[in-house]
Amino acid sequence: MSRIRETFVELKRSKRGGFIPFITAGDPDLLTTELLLVELAAAGADIIELGVPFSDPVADGEMIQRASERALRKGVTLSGVLTCVSHAKQHINVPIVLFSYFNPLLKFGRDRLADEAKHAGVDAVLVTDLIPEEALLWTETFRERGLDPIFLVAPTTSDKRLARIAQQASGFIYAVSRAGVTGARNEIADDAEVLVKRVRSLSNLPVAVGFGISTPDQVRQVWRFADAAVIGSAIVSQIERLGNSADLVKRVGKFARSLLTRT
Amino acid sequence: MQKTQVTTSEPDEHGHWGAFGGRYVPETLVAPLDELTSEFMRARADANFLRELNLLLRDYGGRPTPLFYAQRLTAHADGAQIYLKREDLLHTGAHKINNAVGQALLARRMGKHRVIAETGAGQHGVATATVCALFGLGCVIYMGAEDVRRQALNVFRMRLLGAEVVTVNAGTRTLKDAINEALRDWVTNVRDTYYLLGSALGPHPYPLMVREFQSVIGREAREQILSATGKLPRAVIACVGGGSNAIGIFHPFIGDQEVRLIGVEAGGRGDSLGEHAARFHSGVASGGGRVGVLQGTMSYVLQDANGQIATTHSISAGLDYSAIGPEHAFLHDAGRAEYTCASDTEALEGFELCANLEGIIPALETAHAFLPAIRIAHDLGRDDSIIVNLSGRGDKDVQLVADLHSE
Repeated sequence: MSRIRETFVELKRSKRGGFIPFITAGDPDLLTTELLLVELAAAGADIIELGVPFSDPVADGEMIQRASERALRKGVTLSGVLTCVSHAKQHINVPIVLFSYFNPLLKFGRDRLADEAKHAGVDAVLVTDLIPEEALLWTETFRERGLDPIFLVAPTTSDKRLARIAQQASGFIYAVSRAGVTGARNEIADDAEVLVKRVRSLSNLPVAVGFGISTPDQVRQVWRFADAAVIGSAIVSQIERLGNSADLVKRVGKFARSLLTRT
Repeated sequence: MQKTQVTTSEPDEHGHWGAFGGRYVPETLVAPLDELTSEFMRARADANFLRELNLLLRDYGGRPTPLFYAQRLTAHADGAQIYLKREDLLHTGAHKINNAVGQALLARRMGKHRVIAETGAGQHGVATATVCALFGLGCVIYMGAEDVRRQALNVFRMRLLGAEVVTVNAGTRTLKDAINEALRDWVTNVRDTYYLLGSALGPHPYPLMVREFQSVIGREAREQILSATGKLPRAVIACVGGGSNAIGIFHPFIGDQEVRLIGVEAGGRGDSLGEHAARFHSGVASGGGRVGVLQGTMSYVLQDANGQIATTHSISAGLDYSAIGPEHAFLHDAGRAEYTCASDTEALEGFELCANLEGIIPALETAHAFLPAIRIAHDLGRDDSIIVNLSGRGDKDVQLVADLHSE
């Protein structure tokens, strides 16, 4: 059983909702990312999504676009990101999902990516702009190396596609809370709950909900109908705000803990 | 490797031309792309739709456009007869209106009341704003800040036509970033918004659909050259940014093996990555010749060694783009079309040649095609002919060229 599956089994056993923070690798630099991974694990992250910076992040709102730009200005590459994961993994055991756009992975090479990601301690790969129809070879390669291929589903996804995606995915399914790009929103749309119900009727995979979740209330709201909540832009916004401050890591950890007030 | 002779160029049902094309998009966009694909497939087989399209292209757009025998350019080249396909004479001044009319009809058919589009040089933005005014549709145009600066006239035209022009400050502030922003808008407002993509790129069905709406150029040109000269041309030449005017004129000639199809990319101001927009560039440090995925499609993409999309440079905003339409990638690899490039300087030379010798001020994009065309014509006999797609007129570029002269 994959580390991600184990994590969800454990969450279910302890009747807890999962907490999946997202950060962009290399924002503000890779050394800080390594420390952030360790800190987020300590803060209660059940899984961590680590974004690979890309020049043209069409699925992202301004917050994560800027994080990508900061990382790229530092010269962050996929190799560097994987090295960062391998360092962090010496201290933590939390599953890591590599979250990327397709082109940097394509350039890196399918087999090389699968080998090096696995070796670095990556547990799963989610490619924002790689839909199942175009992903067949990649999914196969990931599975062969013991990496979970994670796919997004959206409120616009038909039941027929949901079934197909569920078949090709493993680990968990990432439900996009609403049509749109990443970024904090004031409320979680009803769309999200409806979507999760549809997924549940077609698949036994755990479902995580993301896009737009930024407050403890929203996290708890998502836990009522989904297995885990993904929080991205809200955390990235803390990193942006704290910039070069010496206690960035500690304060991001504190923010992460504040999202998790399990009352 | 032995290349099979390509006599047709049709994608599979998922929009793949061999390894190229396809759909590389966030999941949210799959449903609207499916909806668009089926609506387009129905429309292209619907006699009423085609009748309305053709009527609009004729009475509103100004089709058919003439095929003009450019005598003085021909004399200058001292070789084959040079014919110009006068897309510059269309309403709004470029071939872009062919596609804009077609897709606006589709948007109306689909009941979408809000249209968004990206624009580089502003020609597609103007064409889109125009058809939106005609059909009473809301219109938002995304345009990179750098392009807003160098194409101020077109920005004003779009606003006159009632469109909202949104300046994009992200990334390289050119066409690529305008497309990113349009995609973000679409993914957010997917239920009521129609994305009127302007070139033969992006996710399926756009490359196929745009090519279909632009192929009218090649169909007319083929008939016109046969009637003017009694035989096929030896070459058809067009500038290539995303590649819609080129694929539009190439496509009806693909089965004519004796006709060379030649695309001219923007050679910019140098051979190193970032200094040009020649996706097929063969220089070692050029970043050309690399397959990648950008904005929904697999094709040749200018990128660095880590798969980050490279910045590009061209004097013409309309060619200043990191990727080329997937059908061009396919035709290139199949050996059916050839691609060369012309530098900023050569484009300016072509611009002035065309103005001086033919009394036609071409768009700077189009101007890239003239020097390569003259070289090709020079090597052919006087009984031969070639066609250059005069894809747009150059009013929008006059200020920029004037500024260059005064520097």
